[in-house]
Amino acid sequence: MRFFEYESRRLIEEAGIPVTKYGFATTSEEARDIAADIAGPTVIKSQVLTGGRMKAGGVKFADTPDEAMEHAADILELEISGHTPRGVLVDPKAEIEQEYYASVVWDGTARRPMMLFSDMGGIDIEEVAETHPDHVGRQHYSNLHPVSGFLAKQCIASTGVTGKELTGLVPILTSLAQLFVDRDMTLAEINPIARLADGSFVALDAHMEMEDEAKPRQKEILTELGIAEEDNREGYEPSEFELNVAAIDAADHRGVIQGKDTGFHGNIGLVIGAGGGSLTLTDAVRSQGGHPANYSEIGGNPSVAKAQGLAKEVLSKDGVEKIAVMMSIVSNTRVDIVARGVIKACLDLGKDPGETIAIFRIPGAWEEEGFKILDSYGIEYCDRSVSMHEAARRAVENIQGVAEPKAEGA
Amino acid sequence: MSILLDEDTTFIVQGITGREAVSLTRECLDYGSKIVGGVTPGRKGREVHGVPVFDTVAQLVEHNDGVTPTGSVVTVPPAFTKDAVFEALEHGIKTVVVVTERIPRRDVGQMVELADLHGARIIGPNCLGLIVPGVAKMGGIGGPAKNAEQAYQPGSVGVMSRSGGMTTEISSTLTAAGLGVSTAVSIGGDAIIGSTYAELMPYFEADEQTEAIVIYTEPGGRMEAQLAEWVAENDSRLPIVAFMAGRFMDDDEMQGMAFGHAGTIVEGKEDSAAEKIARLEEAGIPVVERIDGIPDAVKEKLGPEAPA
Repeated sequence: MRFFEYESRRLIEEAGIPVTKYGFATTSEEARDIAADIAGPTVIKSQVLTGGRMKAGGVKFADTPDEAMEHAADILELEISGHTPRGVLVDPKAEIEQEYYASVVWDGTARRPMMLFSDMGGIDIEEVAETHPDHVGRQHYSNLHPVSGFLAKQCIASTGVTGKELTGLVPILTSLAQLFVDRDMTLAEINPIARLADGSFVALDAHMEMEDEAKPRQKEILTELGIAEEDNREGYEPSEFELNVAAIDAADHRGVIQGKDTGFHGNIGLVIGAGGGSLTLTDAVRSQGGHPANYSEIGGNPSVAKAQGLAKEVLSKDGVEKIAVMMSIVSNTRVDIVARGVIKACLDLGKDPGETIAIFRIPGAWEEEGFKILDSYGIEYCDRSVSMHEAARRAVENIQGVAEPKAEGA
Repeated sequence: MSILLDEDTTFIVQGITGREAVSLTRECLDYGSKIVGGVTPGRKGREVHGVPVFDTVAQLVEHNDGVTPTGSVVTVPPAFTKDAVFEALEHGIKTVVVVTERIPRRDVGQMVELADLHGARIIGPNCLGLIVPGVAKMGGIGGPAKNAEQAYQPGSVGVMSRSGGMTTEISSTLTAAGLGVSTAVSIGGDAIIGSTYAELMPYFEADEQTEAIVIYTEPGGRMEAQLAEWVAENDSRLPIVAFMAGRFMDDDEMQGMAFGHAGTIVEGKEDSAAEKIARLEEAGIPVVERIDGIPDAVKEKLGPEAPA
């Protein structure tokens, strides 16, 4: 889950990292008051969960509180990459001597957190890593041992930074590494850290992301930041289909269903599973020239009602006349239960299951019972001897009239 | 032979009284696995399908004449998983299969680091375990014994998969083609897991029964790059064939969206399906387009002596 900049600043402030006297405003009047309090030139920054704010005109400079108010009014109205700003951050304009970069990320291969530091801050770190690799320090640290300052010192010193700069920066990186662990972050980034004319250091921007799985145990800080449980911070607005499927899933603890249709525009309704099976089948449908209308996942032995609910939602989508019901071999999901569910969905909508279900391919537990039910409704089905790709081909042919296998990499 | 599990392996089930654990215990016993006990705090004295239940691993070891079992299958809620794994590791258990999903990375990192200190190995989390066809299985992999038997027959191919269900689909395809499976490992779908492809390769390398490897992969992470590096650095006798699912995620419209497993989210350039396919093929690992294309690709790699 990604945090807004104003929340990220709160998090680093609480971790003992110096920040500016910034303020968060949701109206232009509030922004003016904050600027008046700062009593000097200010920066007005759009609070959106996307990059490229500067380019889009979401960051502006003001000399007076009234100017800050005008800019805030503009920025609050400005949509950036489809995101409406949550508010604006009003920051004192700092006189910067030098900018630095500091972050902590997970190294999945080493399975340890890794500190990153550069004395070339303010710009894209990947670019610095490519053009000036000797200006990027990297340092893994243990998951079990307490976070030690010397590791941050090593990381910073490896870029050639020494003297008062080094001793001033070590506590910041150490605190960031501790924050990363304490708050279950997947990314904790400060870019830039600024050295001011008086030699002090201050964080001028922050980007934090928390692991979703850790949200239950981080409830206290999330509440403190005023983040509601249902505020899932997806990078896009969930569609009606997605919200409906999530509601059906939440209403019944048996099994799991998920549905997505953002980015899908086709006519082949997919009732598919499980995790890896869904990825494989979506590729398989597309490789046969098919256009999926959605993506879905069934797993963990759902109830008849859940399978029925998912199939109904898929069949209710614009342009979807038929569904393909396919899974990789299942061991803990009952084939007959899924069969009952999708048949019920068709009947609920006044559709003939034999016509509406283009293909049923779920091999596994209770398949004989499932096949009997499918037979009685004249539904085309197959067992494991028919591959996932062949089943997908039949689905595409049935629904689109013709399958067009695509070449390599399609 | 096999890897990590054989006919002599004894293991325990932590969280044995949970609904899923009860059926997993039944399945494993039916398949021939040796489960010597289970642990659920507060449930000492009970039995699950004849398996005695204890409050602690210490009690279980004592009841087992002081002998530490080889493995453990951990299926307890996410908030308690780390503690359960620590308990197993501190008692000297060497192979820990973590079934539980939705465990925060920090906890997984701690488990793996402690396992390293103890010379132990973690499989998972968010996995179905491993199976040695015809011998034993540790975890829900393959489902009930009769279903497992249908999909998994003994043979020459080692299988590693980030998807539990696809482990069975691929193994079933290899079984139907007459190649069979030596050991199949569901390595888990999370971003951070205890055993990656590259880390399990030396085990397969040392296993005489295994003549080829099939992996199932997805976008996200750099596990495939790590395998490609391993292949380049080690003169392995084992040919590898890969299948990559989730190619559709490379589409611009799908950027930043998560599908399937927690680990399947494209976070950087190296993460995309196209990038991974290029990397694997550079290392001499063909990436097939279809599951039903796997057996032929394996046979081609094995050469003319391969079974029909």
